[in-house]
Amino acid sequence: MAQMTMIQAITDAMRTELKNDENVLVFGEDVGQNGGVFRATEGLQKEYGEDRVFDTPLAESGIIGLSVGLSTQGFRPVPEIQFFGFVYEAMDAINGQAARMRYRSGGTKNIPITIRSPFGGGVHTPELHADSLEGLIAQQPGVRVVIPSTPYDAKGLLISSIRNNDPVVYLEHMKLYRSFRGEVPEEEYTVDLDKADIKREGSDITLIAYGAMVHSALKAADELEKEGINAEVIDLRTVSPVDYDTIIESVKKTNRVVMIQEAQRQAGIGGQVMSEIQERAILHLEAPVLRVTAPDTVYPFTAAEEVWLPDHQDIIEKAKQAINF
Amino acid sequence: MLKNSIEDIENQFEIIQILNEEGEIVNKEEMPDLSDDDLKELMRRMVYTRVLDQRSIALNRQGRLGFYAPTAGQEASQLGSQFAIEKEDYLLPAYRDVPQLIWQGLPLSKAFLFSRGHFKGNQMPEGVNAMSPQIIIGAQYIQAAGVGLGLKKRGEKAIAITYTGDGGASQGDFYEGINFAGAYKANNVFVVQNNQFAISVPVEKQSAANTVAQKSVAAGIPGVRVDGMDVLAVYKAVRDARERAINGEGPSLIETVTYRYGPHTMAGDDPTRYRTEELDDEWEKKDPLIRFRKYLEAKGLWSEEEENKTIETAKEEIKAAIKEADGVEKQKVTDLISIMHEELPANLKEQMEEYKEKESK
Repeated sequence: MAQMTMIQAITDAMRTELKNDENVLVFGEDVGQNGGVFRATEGLQKEYGEDRVFDTPLAESGIIGLSVGLSTQGFRPVPEIQFFGFVYEAMDAINGQAARMRYRSGGTKNIPITIRSPFGGGVHTPELHADSLEGLIAQQPGVRVVIPSTPYDAKGLLISSIRNNDPVVYLEHMKLYRSFRGEVPEEEYTVDLDKADIKREGSDITLIAYGAMVHSALKAADELEKEGINAEVIDLRTVSPVDYDTIIESVKKTNRVVMIQEAQRQAGIGGQVMSEIQERAILHLEAPVLRVTAPDTVYPFTAAEEVWLPDHQDIIEKAKQAINF
Repeated sequence: MLKNSIEDIENQFEIIQILNEEGEIVNKEEMPDLSDDDLKELMRRMVYTRVLDQRSIALNRQGRLGFYAPTAGQEASQLGSQFAIEKEDYLLPAYRDVPQLIWQGLPLSKAFLFSRGHFKGNQMPEGVNAMSPQIIIGAQYIQAAGVGLGLKKRGEKAIAITYTGDGGASQGDFYEGINFAGAYKANNVFVVQNNQFAISVPVEKQSAANTVAQKSVAAGIPGVRVDGMDVLAVYKAVRDARERAINGEGPSLIETVTYRYGPHTMAGDDPTRYRTEELDDEWEKKDPLIRFRKYLEAKGLWSEEEENKTIETAKEEIKAAIKEADGVEKQKVTDLISIMHEELPANLKEQMEEYKEKESK
């Protein structure tokens, strides 16, 4: 098995599907000769030609609208939005169009579009490059939101997303791109969509996270272990729709939950998960479900991001609150 | 610096007409190659569609139709352009472009179901390459570029045709659509039906540009401005543009200068708030049916009898189609849940059970 960074695993997934299915097209701003601003599409144009891996004019709504059109001709578009902060330009194209195409065709048209996009804070990007905007898409029926946290999941989830006949927004946390390596099989494999993963088993408290926060939760769990608190860490992996079966099973075991997200507190994935937990398992709870989030301000690019972003200390604090409730 | 003459650019986009208001051919070189049967069929479709418009307005008032955007005045623009495309072409209509969908093969009963919001109205029959009418102004333009690029990649001798209005030409997606298609030399024909008003806002207030067609210049694609009340001019422009596209020469932009006689939609728009009777009268003199009827009658190709026969057929078919639409089972929430995804995700599986239970009561 190879050791890969997350970005290598993502490139590998695209290469795998470009090879497997001639209908797969990879495109976006700078994805061609340049290989993407993060090099996610490095070498793909050379390998598969300009017909299948190509640059687009600079317009996000155009890129996603183009994908909707291409899908009518049997293609499986894998467009890139260069930074997810630019998604506002494509909100109609995603939520108003791609997500509704199956409905708008009375269930007759496949919309196998996988929109890839880097997001997430901590890497000193300019304004509107780092924001966690997954909640905007998660509110829209008809589209999935997938967020991997490891190189292994990144490859398997991306292959599953590309093979799925409904639209998927696949978000790649920039801080995870090259910060560590993990084991990734060179052969093809899939990781199921809509399934959460228990990244660490534990019995005293459940920490639910996704994206980079999974690693903060794991770090917090290691620290808590030293104090005799045995935390379970669930990685949602698909944040819309959420896998409540895995969560509820864990809650029934630990009876305590901390929900963690990098996004602001209001109207996010976390709030939704917490309300479902109380609706489905309130009698199993020994403490209120607590949460760790960023504050309800806009993302403060660069200057204050380190203090703005939630970290493992915040998680430890909330976990102790839940334990001592 | 800044010495380009906008006037010089705009002068290249004078309105092209083939058939004048008196029903005379005024531009022989551009006369399209249409048989007598084709000419009669075009007339039949325009008359039929005018009847359909009148009946749809009446049905809407009776509460038997839902959303409806009147079409009278735009028959030449809508049907001349549709007549110029082939079955293998792909149609991306806006909400007023239901007639093109019908003549491309959408059964009338389905058009009525679409108006009522029933999902079966969105299911295109096998062999009808089209999307349902677009509601968001301009979104269809960029999707059309994708369809056109897809057709090009597949090596198809077919095009994607899409429509918007004068208001739509102000939307970002309009420019993104023509620009993307131009950059990829995609198989596209873009039509702007300039009917003078975007709901209430006159075209003069949309832009400093005096024509929509000149916007093609910025995208580096050919543009043409035709008399949108002249079915022959519209047909010829679209046919030429289609030919260019299937020959790999890329997309074109066609502005059809036309007028909507009725309100924007049947949902409470009152055109007397923004249009004068004089303006309505002026445009009604340009009516596409009157001039084409004169032309065909002079050629001995059309008669009052044929006109009446067409009107009667239209009325009968509309009546039968409404009956058919009435007979379709009412849409349930479970139907809606079942068409959101290829396979139901867990949340919708739960909700499906909940609604099945509710609907069984």
